[in-house]
Amino acid sequence: MAAFAFYLFAGLLLTSGLMVITAKNPVHSVLWLILAFFNAAGLFILLGAEFLAMLLVIVYVGAVAVLFLFVVMMLDIDFRALQRGALQNLPLGLAVSGVILAEVLLVASGWTAGQGVIVHEALAGPPPGMSNTQWIGSQLYTRYFFVFSMSGLILLAAMVGAIVLTHRRRVGIKKQSIAAQNARTPAATLGVGKAGLGQGVEL
Amino acid sequence: MSYTGWFVDQFGAGPGWFLANLTLILAIAFPVMVGVAVAVYADRKIWAAMQMRRGPNVVGPFGILQTFADAAKLFLKETIIPTGASTGVFLLAPMISFTLALVVWAVMPFDAGLVLADLNVGLLYIFAVSSMGVYGIIMSGWASNSKYAFLGGLRSAAQMVSYEVSMGFILVSVMMVAQSLNLSDIVMSQKGNVLGVLNGNIFNPLLFPMAIMFFITALAETNRPPFDLPEAEAELVAGYQVEYSSMSFALFFLGEYANILFMCALIPTLFLGGWLPPLDLPVLYLVPGFVWFLGKMALMFFIFAWVKATVPRYRYDQLMRLGWKVFLPLSLFWVVLVSGWLMFTGHFASLPA
Repeated sequence: MAAFAFYLFAGLLLTSGLMVITAKNPVHSVLWLILAFFNAAGLFILLGAEFLAMLLVIVYVGAVAVLFLFVVMMLDIDFRALQRGALQNLPLGLAVSGVILAEVLLVASGWTAGQGVIVHEALAGPPPGMSNTQWIGSQLYTRYFFVFSMSGLILLAAMVGAIVLTHRRRVGIKKQSIAAQNARTPAATLGVGKAGLGQGVEL
Repeated sequence: MSYTGWFVDQFGAGPGWFLANLTLILAIAFPVMVGVAVAVYADRKIWAAMQMRRGPNVVGPFGILQTFADAAKLFLKETIIPTGASTGVFLLAPMISFTLALVVWAVMPFDAGLVLADLNVGLLYIFAVSSMGVYGIIMSGWASNSKYAFLGGLRSAAQMVSYEVSMGFILVSVMMVAQSLNLSDIVMSQKGNVLGVLNGNIFNPLLFPMAIMFFITALAETNRPPFDLPEAEAELVAGYQVEYSSMSFALFFLGEYANILFMCALIPTLFLGGWLPPLDLPVLYLVPGFVWFLGKMALMFFIFAWVKATVPRYRYDQLMRLGWKVFLPLSLFWVVLVSGWLMFTGHFASLPA
């Protein structure tokens, strides 16, 4: 059963990964990418990492990919020009991917788990009486607290940078101030007067 | 012997497990569908009563069969696929909407132990599935190849992503109080949790504002008025649904109401004590938990319909302001406040280090 599920998820993952780069329409590519994320979450569940699986779906499928889709749907792409460009750059692309493949093979064949990487503890699983989620939390906020907060700060810096780059102060626009609207009273805005015949009122 | 155990004895381990779960899934899905039919009828009746109209009253006694008549009409109509549409995505979108609306019910505890999948990350599962719900809408909006549908899809994507953020923080404060992500544990943690007799997080002054905010966020997540901008009929005709007819439209409609019913079930589970009676008195436990659960769901649905009948639609910039500038800072601050209070009172002391 578990083997069947593994091959199902892994097969779908590879297929959708292939479809991401071969699909003609970029929106279809993003949809295939979402299927790939989803199957990766399935593989996490098979590994017993249900918390990571849910986070993968929430963060990548639920938020990041929505924004991808948002941007890609708005793009106005000339597919012909894109394909011509792809053919021109094919040799260079093949060379780069060949180098990367060779590096991956070299590392994968020669690598032994060793100094600096704490593998044995991580593989032991959560101590008794503790769920997966609690265990991740207790490790992340004690032992890896520095790394964790540093990654948070890096993300914050990226966010501030993006806002600074895109923010512009526009002049001459009317902005709604909801607090000011709510603070209005009839006494300050409403006047009741009597208009005599043919005289009008003074404002 | 357990229900699954009987099937395993009769049919062997693999097929027995499969059959047992299949029957259980159907035992949830069919009542949900009937519940949707009743909910649509109730919605129209409540709405009509608040506007001093009669509402549906022709088909069947008190018009109760109106929904079924509407469904039959939709079944018999012709499915139209626009020429410029991306056919595969166009047909997939309503299916995704409908499937996700049903799949999320798997972790909902209807009574003590009455739950299909008692996941220990149940709350995250719900959050994950509900955050995927936006794809049905955004895919239909894009695949329809129509301006109105596209605008509706974009609006919906922005709206749902914005409100999910504060929804996540509200869920964090609830799960910190319950110290669990399992929905059954969250319900049981509410047993007599306020003054020893009141069941429900909503009676806790620390979580009461969270309950109100969660209700409003639930309205925004299910695209209910006053946040129904994706389908705003006045400016977008029907938004992402504009090119759909017949069954594909029916699937969207059913999925939308199944989502609304789910939110009506989730709010009681998180804040009103789920299947527990509101007061922790032995005499109230004579009423089955399932009845309390359904009663709370009906109450929440009435409030949903009440809001729909009385509140005007938000303007889009005000909707975004509410999500990002009001709810996000407030819920983030509240997470800090709740965790600080729990730390101060020694709530976390029982956790294994």
